[in-house]
Amino acid sequence: MESILLLAHTESDGTLAKPALEALAAALAMEGELSVGMVGAAVEPAANQIAGCGAARFLGVSGPAFGQSRYSTDAAAAEALCRASGAAIVIAPSTSRWARALPGVAYRLGGRIDTHVTHVTNLAAGDGTPAVTRWFYRQRMEAVLTRSERPWMVLLDAGCVVPWSAPGPSGAAAVESVAVEAPVTRTTVTGIQAPKADEQTIRPDAKLLFVAGAGWTKKQSDGAVHAAEAEGLILGFLRAAKASLGGSKSLVDLSGEGEAVLRCMTHLNQIGQTGATPRHPKGLSTCCHGEEPHVVGWRFVNQRRAINLDANCGWARGKADVLYVADAFEVMRRVNRLLEAG
Amino acid sequence: MSISFQIVVCGSVVADPLQTLEPVIGPTGPALKNEMMLPAVLDPWAGHALYEAAHLARQHPGSKVWLVSLGPKAKLQQVMMTVAQKVPFDLVALDGPASGFTDSFETAAALAGAIGGIAGLDRARLLLYGGWESASRGAGSTLQMVGERLGITEQFQGVDQVTVRDDGSFEVLERIEGGRHQVSVCDAPPAVLGWATGHLPEPRNNPQVGMVNMRTVMPSLQRAKAVAISNTGLRFVSVNLPKQQRATRIVKGMPAEEIAREIVAWVGEE
Repeated sequence: MESILLLAHTESDGTLAKPALEALAAALAMEGELSVGMVGAAVEPAANQIAGCGAARFLGVSGPAFGQSRYSTDAAAAEALCRASGAAIVIAPSTSRWARALPGVAYRLGGRIDTHVTHVTNLAAGDGTPAVTRWFYRQRMEAVLTRSERPWMVLLDAGCVVPWSAPGPSGAAAVESVAVEAPVTRTTVTGIQAPKADEQTIRPDAKLLFVAGAGWTKKQSDGAVHAAEAEGLILGFLRAAKASLGGSKSLVDLSGEGEAVLRCMTHLNQIGQTGATPRHPKGLSTCCHGEEPHVVGWRFVNQRRAINLDANCGWARGKADVLYVADAFEVMRRVNRLLEAG
Repeated sequence: MSISFQIVVCGSVVADPLQTLEPVIGPTGPALKNEMMLPAVLDPWAGHALYEAAHLARQHPGSKVWLVSLGPKAKLQQVMMTVAQKVPFDLVALDGPASGFTDSFETAAALAGAIGGIAGLDRARLLLYGGWESASRGAGSTLQMVGERLGITEQFQGVDQVTVRDDGSFEVLERIEGGRHQVSVCDAPPAVLGWATGHLPEPRNNPQVGMVNMRTVMPSLQRAKAVAISNTGLRFVSVNLPKQQRATRIVKGMPAEEIAREIVAWVGEE
């Protein structure tokens, strides 16, 4: 069995977030000798959080320079941890921070990397060698692959594995500090730009993804466009249901072209072939049209319902569990009223 | 202070996303069925990178844009007929596979070699652009390796905006989790920037730009070096299309009030 390194970075409070715990669960399932490598301003709280996970070693690179998400410092820290562990397989959560830094680390180590992995196992290759599952062509086809080059770095997508949870109260882990001199960098992280809390439309942990299609911006039964009302209904639903918002490419492009459509919709909301494929337990699509290429946007949504005036729409038929053939304006007005009353 | 950049955009062609894509297993591994027959387009995120590069170059006189593209020569030629009409650039073509099943490590080696061979490239002013992921492999790992091979350790991914300041430094907005952006300031080039969508619409075709570009595009295609990507150590166990087909319950004629109640109850279910 090959040696495994779980590579994790801490959050601003010093702990590990859910994607790191998911990657830990995946690493433990590989049943090799596990080391944990952590990067952050301080790593002891994170190590203590997972002290009982059964890892043979806890390695850490810490210091103020490593508390920020930045390529040069993250790559230096990850490289040092990989070398210190000597692991053949490195498993890490597919966070924006690791997705930026680890491909370069794979190059430095003479290894290889696979990203957006949804499953990692010792069984799929048939001969006990590790194999990973990932999607190609923007979630259009799924492949299982294996590699002989080492180290092999694997970035695991969030939401694919049940996160590891401590069987009891957190303990105290002995962390081996790995000395890394922070590299000279010309990059200064100055902050985070986030929408105001009441304007937040992307909620990765939401139970429901609300998908809005271009139909919201088309002429309605009275012959007029009701973009402002559409935006009010959508935002009202997002607030009441604490849902996340996705948009079809056609709708997002309309916004980008400066047309008076839905101001709440940006390219960050875009799902589908050239957008995101978020993972949520439920999805409700409204006024979406299109065939296979567009439907990949909710490939990883488990329960799906759709509201559409066209009973034969390819977006919904065969892809959704329930298709309500109805006017989304009418339905969502009432849904919002019920949610507000409830 | 006069600032100019040398912007190298890495970007290749992908099968038109609106086509039906089906995998086949050939003697050299997986590929797309009838791959050479499928119409191709410039990879969408690489396209955003190219348009952002041209926009930046226009704002800073003396700047120059190269497009380094690895793909089958015939496909590159087909796609360049359109792309060359969008914005001014010099093409550096490599004749090789653009399949999603090729490995990013070897692809990066080929691209870095081509960039290293660009005559007169001033690396002190170099901005290495590309899409943060492709629509084929979708790995988001090639640009970082190209950067490493060129010795560039100021790298940014999921970039939506670059703002150049008067002192030559530039502010970068990178996508991070939860629909947020991390804001960073990089003192100076060289740097790697993997673009997400950016903010620019696709430029309209301009035949005059196309005519100027074609002076370098056609010679570049003619002398494109053949590149072999052997996928060393990589073995595909299986490649399949998802088969899931849901038995959709179609609800017609139900009053809106009743649909709303049903949806609210469903949303509230654990």
